[in-house]
Amino acid sequence: MASAAVSVAPLTSAETPLVEVSGLRKYYPVRGGLFGSVVSQVRAVEDVSFTIAAGETLGLVGESGCGKTTVGRLLLRLLEPTGGRVRFAGQDLAALDRQQLRRLRPRMQLIFQDPYSSLNPRRSVGDAIAEPLFVHGLARGAELDRKVGELLERVELPSSYRSRYPHEFSGGQRQRVCIARALALGPELLVCDEAVSALDISIQAQILNLLRDLQQQYRLTYLFISHNLNVVRHVADRIAVMYLGKLVEVADADSLFSAPQHPYTKALLSANPIPDPDIPLAPIVLSGEIPSPLNPPAGCRFHTRCPNVFEPCYGVVPEARLVQTAGQVTPHPVWCHLYDDAQNPG
Amino acid sequence: MTHPLLSIRDLRVEFETDAGPVPAVRGVDLELEEGETVALVGESGCGKSVTALSIMRLMSGRVAGGQIDFRGQNLASLSEPAMRRVRGAQIGMIFQEPMTSLNPVFKIGRQIEEVLTLHQGLSPSAARGQAVELLGRVGIPSPAARLEQYPHELSGGMKQRVMIAIAIACRPALLIADEPTTALDVTIQAQIMVLLRSLQRELGMAVLLITHDLGLVAHFAERVNVMYAGKIVEHGGVREIFKQPAHPYTRALLAALPDPTKRARLEAIGGRVPSPAMLPRGCAFCTRCKHAFEPCPDQQPPLFDVGAPHVAACWLHDPGRAAVLES
Repeated sequence: MASAAVSVAPLTSAETPLVEVSGLRKYYPVRGGLFGSVVSQVRAVEDVSFTIAAGETLGLVGESGCGKTTVGRLLLRLLEPTGGRVRFAGQDLAALDRQQLRRLRPRMQLIFQDPYSSLNPRRSVGDAIAEPLFVHGLARGAELDRKVGELLERVELPSSYRSRYPHEFSGGQRQRVCIARALALGPELLVCDEAVSALDISIQAQILNLLRDLQQQYRLTYLFISHNLNVVRHVADRIAVMYLGKLVEVADADSLFSAPQHPYTKALLSANPIPDPDIPLAPIVLSGEIPSPLNPPAGCRFHTRCPNVFEPCYGVVPEARLVQTAGQVTPHPVWCHLYDDAQNPG
Repeated sequence: MTHPLLSIRDLRVEFETDAGPVPAVRGVDLELEEGETVALVGESGCGKSVTALSIMRLMSGRVAGGQIDFRGQNLASLSEPAMRRVRGAQIGMIFQEPMTSLNPVFKIGRQIEEVLTLHQGLSPSAARGQAVELLGRVGIPSPAARLEQYPHELSGGMKQRVMIAIAIACRPALLIADEPTTALDVTIQAQIMVLLRSLQRELGMAVLLITHDLGLVAHFAERVNVMYAGKIVEHGGVREIFKQPAHPYTRALLAALPDPTKRARLEAIGGRVPSPAMLPRGCAFCTRCKHAFEPCPDQQPPLFDVGAPHVAACWLHDPGRAAVLES
């Protein structure tokens, strides 16, 4: 488990990653008192760094409230970060003015968990898909119609469905409509935020297959946010694990599942029931509850529940250490004091 | 053989709509022995929760037929006062939403004590003592202080523990757990399932686990019932269901699961569940089934034996027809 390389996010390709996130922070002010002054802050995202290569799928997992959705929105600059930097295709999003940001937006899109509430019930699905094309002035009239039909067919829906309304569709079909809308502007990056979590197993498989086909056809890059470990394992090339606003481990999917290093990753994976009665379930049952991000524990945020807690965990925030597991080509970052002797990524 | 603890025969439940009655449960048979865990699995709208709620007589639909025998009495025809003595005392139930199942305006303590004073006639102080003990038993730290809290002061996992404490307060013979961990995170889910299992052993209670999560089923159930469009399509031991699934729907469902060991394209099930108002006359799965053949659209398949305690409602397993197909 020693280590050698130097970069925090080992990349297999030599090209610049499509997305580079460094030191990302998001604090929400908590107001109170008579005049609504800021009394404290919810530290939803704290010092998060990772990269996503073009054409890659990065899975982002963690439990409710760990900040994974916030990271997705910061990535698209739907939220203003409190600190840190997001670079998309080499451009620093914070340095762009409104005009420039608007020109960049078509290249990054978002799919939400709930296909029921992310479509306007009073507009036909054709209108929903046409809107981004119209707003960005990419198509008008007959051309717009043709494109909408084409997009519906890309998500395997008949183009004649364009005049129907969301209530006429099932959950899976609505999610297809949302995907068509997200694809309308020809994005490079899709942030899928629990995109299949509300769907039944049989429909979930259809949407996962569709996302995979689209990725191959259009060389899409995905940030796939989910709490469902089996789904993430299926779609992701690499997986980032978050706990209480911070990353704890980022590794390629195979290594993460076969040899998790961080005690939280270990507990999370051990608690995940694999649908096979022959694979024993031996959960490392964590004591206690996830602490409030309003007042996160000092030192390592996981120390209040960690089975391996020792002295430095209480006071010192662990830094990234590169750990190489058996069979792994490049070492991967783990934020845990157990690995303090391993290589510092510098 | 002794009587099973719970035996449901040909249960039918309908919901009245403007367009006439719509069947939600279409002839379900289900059995539970004392102390065992039986799962009822299926996707949204298959009728699994309606079946569970019918046992407790807690749903707005109409029981159109069938029997629910529990310890020798038919719950379907029991008077309401008699039913009230069963509910909570002999059968406990926990739900998916611990957030909405507790009354937000009463303290935790009062909600637990209510069950004890009502069903066991305990005095207020005795009930308080019991409530403290129950909260301790479901793993809630400093139980006496928690009794003074309101539901909103507890996390989702803690609320589900309170629900479990209420459900087991009278040591029921049967616990119905309807998606008990669906709203919870995976590490909390593990805590709750481990707790349920140890309570089950301690109290010798049977558990009817209703879920869509095949992972939970694989690890916590002894027998499994797979439900599709209001009917049980396959029933067997947990190993038979996962290792030798016999019904094409069960097979398709297992094949559609993201396999953590390989990243191959998933075998999705085409189409969608037919609307309960427009079911085919025969097998409800025939519109999506790869193996559908001549009898499927028109004739309802009965449950055929496919192994020792393993049955599947599919014409593929009709001994008469199998011979015809092979020839």
